[in-house]
Amino acid sequence: MGLRRILDDVAPHFDRGGRYEKLFPLFEAVDTIFYSPSKVTVSEPHVRDGIDLKRIMITVWFAAFPAMFYGMYNIGFQANHAIAEAWWVSSVSGWRGWVIDLLGAGYDPGSIWDCLVQGAVYYVPIYFVVFVVGGFWEVLFAIVRRHEINEGFFVTSILFALILPPAIPLWQAALGISFGIVVGKEVFGGTGKNFLNPALTGRAFLFFAYAPQISGNSVWTAIASIDGTSGATSDGFSGATALSQIATDGLPAVAAATGEPLTWMQAFLGQMQGSIGETSTLAILIGGVVLLATRIASWRIITGMFLGMVAFSYFLNFVGSDSNPMMALPWYWHLVIGSFAFGMVFMATDPVSAAMTDLGKWIYGIFIGVLTVLIRVLNPAYPEGVMLAILFANLFAPLIDYCVVKANIRRRRSRGILE
Amino acid sequence: MEGLVNIVVQSIFIENMALQLFLGMCTFLAVSKKIETALGLGVAVVVVQTITIPANNLIFNYLLREGALAWLGLPDVSLQFLGYLCYIGVIAAMVQILEMFLDKFVPALYNALGVYLPLITVNCAILGGSLFMVERDYTFAQSVAFGFGSGFGWGLAIVALAGIREKLKYSDVPEGLRGLGITFITVGLMSLGFMSLSGISL
Repeated sequence: MGLRRILDDVAPHFDRGGRYEKLFPLFEAVDTIFYSPSKVTVSEPHVRDGIDLKRIMITVWFAAFPAMFYGMYNIGFQANHAIAEAWWVSSVSGWRGWVIDLLGAGYDPGSIWDCLVQGAVYYVPIYFVVFVVGGFWEVLFAIVRRHEINEGFFVTSILFALILPPAIPLWQAALGISFGIVVGKEVFGGTGKNFLNPALTGRAFLFFAYAPQISGNSVWTAIASIDGTSGATSDGFSGATALSQIATDGLPAVAAATGEPLTWMQAFLGQMQGSIGETSTLAILIGGVVLLATRIASWRIITGMFLGMVAFSYFLNFVGSDSNPMMALPWYWHLVIGSFAFGMVFMATDPVSAAMTDLGKWIYGIFIGVLTVLIRVLNPAYPEGVMLAILFANLFAPLIDYCVVKANIRRRRSRGILE
Repeated sequence: MEGLVNIVVQSIFIENMALQLFLGMCTFLAVSKKIETALGLGVAVVVVQTITIPANNLIFNYLLREGALAWLGLPDVSLQFLGYLCYIGVIAAMVQILEMFLDKFVPALYNALGVYLPLITVNCAILGGSLFMVERDYTFAQSVAFGFGSGFGWGLAIVALAGIREKLKYSDVPEGLRGLGITFITVGLMSLGFMSLSGISL
C-alpha cells in the first residue's frame, strides 16, 4: 500500500524528538482516518470492538447527510419560489449569481438541480466557515494540550451548521462555533469530557447574544433582497416559522411556499422554511435509522423523548385554552414542525452529554420531550424549545444518573445482595 | 391558590436565586463538590428560607411598616430603617437553631457542612429572599410560597452543579482553570441552560 508507506516514511518527523513533534496530533488524525490505529489499550479492563470513537463519529457525520442534502435543496426551493413570484427579478446578483450561472443552473423551483445549487451557495459557505473555524480551535487545543484531534468536531461542525438559519452572517457562524468548541468542550479537556452538547452551546450562545437577528427577520435578508420585497416572512430560530405562526394565529395560518396552507405531509417531507437541516422529518429519520441500526444512538432516549412529547401534548390538548392556539396542537404536528425530530435523533442522543444509565436515559428522554412541548406552548418568548430543552436536560443528566445508581444500590442492598 | 403555585414555579425555575440572580455564590461554589453535601446544604437552605421569609414577613407587616404600629396609638411611625437589622437577626437565630438541631440529630451532615452552616447566615440568597419579599409586598401566604420556592430553586441548582462537578472529575481541565475557574465557567453555562425558561410569564 503506497499510502501506508508514505505515512510511515513521514512518521519519524512527528514522533518525539522529530522536527514536527508539535504537530503530531495532525499526523495522527490523518493516519487514523485511513488506517486503524496500531496502538491498543494494554491494561485491563477494556472491550475489544471493531468500532472506535473515530468510526462512531464518522457514522454520525454520514447519518446527517440526508438532512443536509435535503436542507440544501429546500433552501433553494424556498428561495427560487420567492424569486419566481417576484417577476421583476431574473437572477441573483453577486458571487452567488456568478456561481449559479457557472454551474448552468437556473431559478426554476420545479427543478431539483436548480434548487440544490441555489441552496448550496448558501449552505456551503456556512459549513466551510464552521468547519475551518471549528477545526482551527480543535487543532490548536490538540497541539497545545497534547491530546488527539478527535472526529467529534466533524459531528459538532455539521450539526451546528445544520441548526443555523440559512442566511446567517458568516461571522456569527464563526463566533458560535468558536464558543461551542472552546467553552463548551475544550476547556473541559476535549471530546468526552464536556457536560453540554457543544453544538447546542454554540447555538444557544448565538441565540441569546444576537436574539434580534437570529429570531427576527434580518437573518433572511439575503433572500429578501433577492425577491426585492421586505416580505420575508420567516422567523429564523430553529425553523420556528411554522411554530411562531401557530402561536399567534393557529394552525390554518401556516402557509407553504405555494401560498396554500401547509399540509402535514409537506411538513413531514420538509417543504417549509426553517433552519437548514431541520425541516425534513423524513430525511432526519433516515439518519436516525442508521444511528439506531449501528446502536450509536440510544433507542431509549429517542423513544423516551417521543413518548414524553406525545403524552404532554395530549395533556395540553385535554386542558385546552381559548387564547393560546398552541395548546390545541396535536402531537403529530409537534413532531414534524420545528426541530423536534432533529433534536431527538441527533442532539439528545449525544452520548457524552446525555444520561449514561439505562433507566436514566428513559427519564432524560421523557424530560426533554415534556420540556420541549412546555417551552413551545407556554413560553411566549421562544417559539421553539427543543434545543433549549436538551441543553437544560444536559444540566441534570449527571444528577439523574446519580439517583439511578443510588436507587440500584439501595434495591440490591435490600435484597441482601450487597453486604 | 393558583397565584401561590405560580410564585413557587417562578422562584424555582424562572428567577432562580443561584443561576438567574447569582445570589449566594460563595457557598454555591464552595460546597458543591459532592452531591450528598450539596443535598444537605440545599435542604438546609430550603428550611431556613421557608421559615425566615414568612417570619420576616410578619415582622415587616406588623411592626416595621409605616402605620403598622397603629394599634399602639402610633399611626405615623415607620420603623423600616430597622429592616436589615431585624431580618438578619431572625436569620441568624434561625440558623443557630438549625445548627443545634443538626448537631444533635444529623451529626454526619453537621460535620460535612462544617463552617458553611453558620455561613448560611450571611448567604446573600437568604437575606435577598427576605428583601425581595419586602420589595414585592407579599402577603403571608405568598411569602411562604416564595420562601419555599426560592430555597428549593437554590437547592436544585447546587445539587445539579454538584452532579456536574462529580462528572467533571474525569475531565482534563487546563492547569490554570482547575478548581474554581472551571466552576465559574460551569455555572455560567448552567445559567445559559436555565435561560430557556426565562420568558415564561405566569
